[in-house]
Amino acid sequence: MADSNVDQGKRRFLVAATSAMGGIAGVAVAVPFVMSMTPSARARAAGAPVEVDISKVEPGMMITVEWRGKPVWIVHRTPEMLASLPKVDAELADPKSSVKQQPDYAKNEARSIKPEYLVLVGICTHLGCSPSQKLAAGTDGGMGGDWPGGFFCPCHGSKFDLAGRVFKGVPAPINLEVPPYAYLGDTRLIIGSDSKGA
Amino acid sequence: MNKLKALLGWVDDRFPLTANWKAHMSEYYAPKNFNFWYFFGSLALLILVMQIVTGILLTMHYKPDASQAFASVEYIMRDVPWGWLIRYMHSTGASLFFVVVYLHMFRGLIYGSYRKPRELLWLFGMLIYLCLMAEAFFGYLLPWGQMSYWGAQVIVNLFGAIPFIGPDLSLWIRGDYVVSDATLNRFFAFHVIAVPLVLLGLVAAHLLALHEVGSNNPDGIEIKKKKDPKTGIPLDGIAFYPYYVVKDIVGVVVFLMVFSAIVFFAPEMGGYFLEHNNFVPADPLKTPLHIAPVWYFTPFYSILRAVPPLFNSQFPGVMAMGLSTMIFFLLPWLDRGAVKSIRYRGPIYKTALALFVVAFLILGYLGTEPTNVWGQFGSWLGGAERATVAARVFTIIYFLFFLLMPWYTKIDKTKPEPERVTS
Repeated sequence: MADSNVDQGKRRFLVAATSAMGGIAGVAVAVPFVMSMTPSARARAAGAPVEVDISKVEPGMMITVEWRGKPVWIVHRTPEMLASLPKVDAELADPKSSVKQQPDYAKNEARSIKPEYLVLVGICTHLGCSPSQKLAAGTDGGMGGDWPGGFFCPCHGSKFDLAGRVFKGVPAPINLEVPPYAYLGDTRLIIGSDSKGA
Repeated sequence: MNKLKALLGWVDDRFPLTANWKAHMSEYYAPKNFNFWYFFGSLALLILVMQIVTGILLTMHYKPDASQAFASVEYIMRDVPWGWLIRYMHSTGASLFFVVVYLHMFRGLIYGSYRKPRELLWLFGMLIYLCLMAEAFFGYLLPWGQMSYWGAQVIVNLFGAIPFIGPDLSLWIRGDYVVSDATLNRFFAFHVIAVPLVLLGLVAAHLLALHEVGSNNPDGIEIKKKKDPKTGIPLDGIAFYPYYVVKDIVGVVVFLMVFSAIVFFAPEMGGYFLEHNNFVPADPLKTPLHIAPVWYFTPFYSILRAVPPLFNSQFPGVMAMGLSTMIFFLLPWLDRGAVKSIRYRGPIYKTALALFVVAFLILGYLGTEPTNVWGQFGSWLGGAERATVAARVFTIIYFLFFLLMPWYTKIDKTKPEPERVTS
């Protein structure tokens, strides 16, 4: 091997070139491996919009429907509940909903198209638990006397008001998400799509 | 007998059997002054073997399918002959693995076992610990109970909090928009093959590194510095086989007594080893009222909860939690003390370590409870929750133990180390 005829520069080039080609092949084969772990076609197809009949939701009541495997809440708010919304503005982290957690048509005080019907993705913006409903104001839900009504996440103690807006000083950083939705009729909703043709 | 020797010779010519036996057992010299704290390495190895054996048996009956997983675990518990025993051994083994590993790590802290020349040994050990946490996390989803489901949901969302790549990363980990069948199936793959393979490799590296540098001891001095001039054997060393094998067997017997008591009389350990809510099948639409991780994650979980969100993001809390585990990696370089063992350290280190242990235990306790467990302060403190404030204070103490270590270990008044090991 102590051969002086060996062209060291050429040898180094060949070693580097072979290693580089091998490295490229290694990365290339990693692509299908990594991509195989992304949501499958079946999982993506399951994300279709869902239609909901809300005629039977009485004022002050709430139903939960499933969209993309997530709970979606539909709350029929009473006039008193709506009246309580502006009162808590000072205690909220983002009372004007400036963080884009809702479609533009829901960027208002009530965070909804029709104020009485609130549509929310029931997943806490902290780490994805589903908050419990503490809709009634006051001490009934064990929330303390000044509770204005809203949602409470049992996992890490985040609190949201009756429009899904997050209170200050809790772990959740931003308001609950309003999904895209639209009215197909007076009491029919489609969740997951906001163009009526879909 | 002669035939047996001939066979051994035949093997030795082809494979270093005798050489390895000598290097790692009969001629591996460990310090003669090992005490109670030196049981936990071999116990960890025992539990690892037990988890692999019971785990293999469980896979023969378990179904990694969201519609069948919960029922298949109940099937193991009720219909599979001795299935209940195998499953309880596996679930109890998981918790006791962490008990043993935490005690093993604490031994490293008090005797300075991470210090030069054992830095790599410590790093391999830390990687083993990370693998164990991954293994425990993946395994906890498999019974597909409420705590399995929502625990996984929270932990996967921790990755979602990473800026920019977070949402795509958590989607990639789950393989779906929520924790679902796809998630369960891949967590099964990680739990039964991917992580165990890495774990076994790391355990081998940990042992090889240990046998290269030699074991530390309660005096924190190097026995290799004083060797018998004729044999080259450390004067304070005794052969691992038979002496420490026999000692470890005593430890194994005592450990198995505790282990059996738990398996047979308290396998759920009052909800700390197997949480009550996990006996309810996973429901993606309903979070249990109180969710907490299994006890071995709770100190870090407390740290996560203690950090408030900043800049509309929960990432700072996630980062603090990540750092609280990762910071152990830096120990060999943070400690500037003149001596290794707590026996010769000064009062400052002893106080710091005691504070750290208290902080770790209290954070661990708080992590198992809801944040309102200690009620609220009066209005003069804005009605803040006492437990949250306490968690914040102890989180700061936890980190200060590490961050101030280069300073307080240096100024600490140490005693001189002995020349030879003491009893």
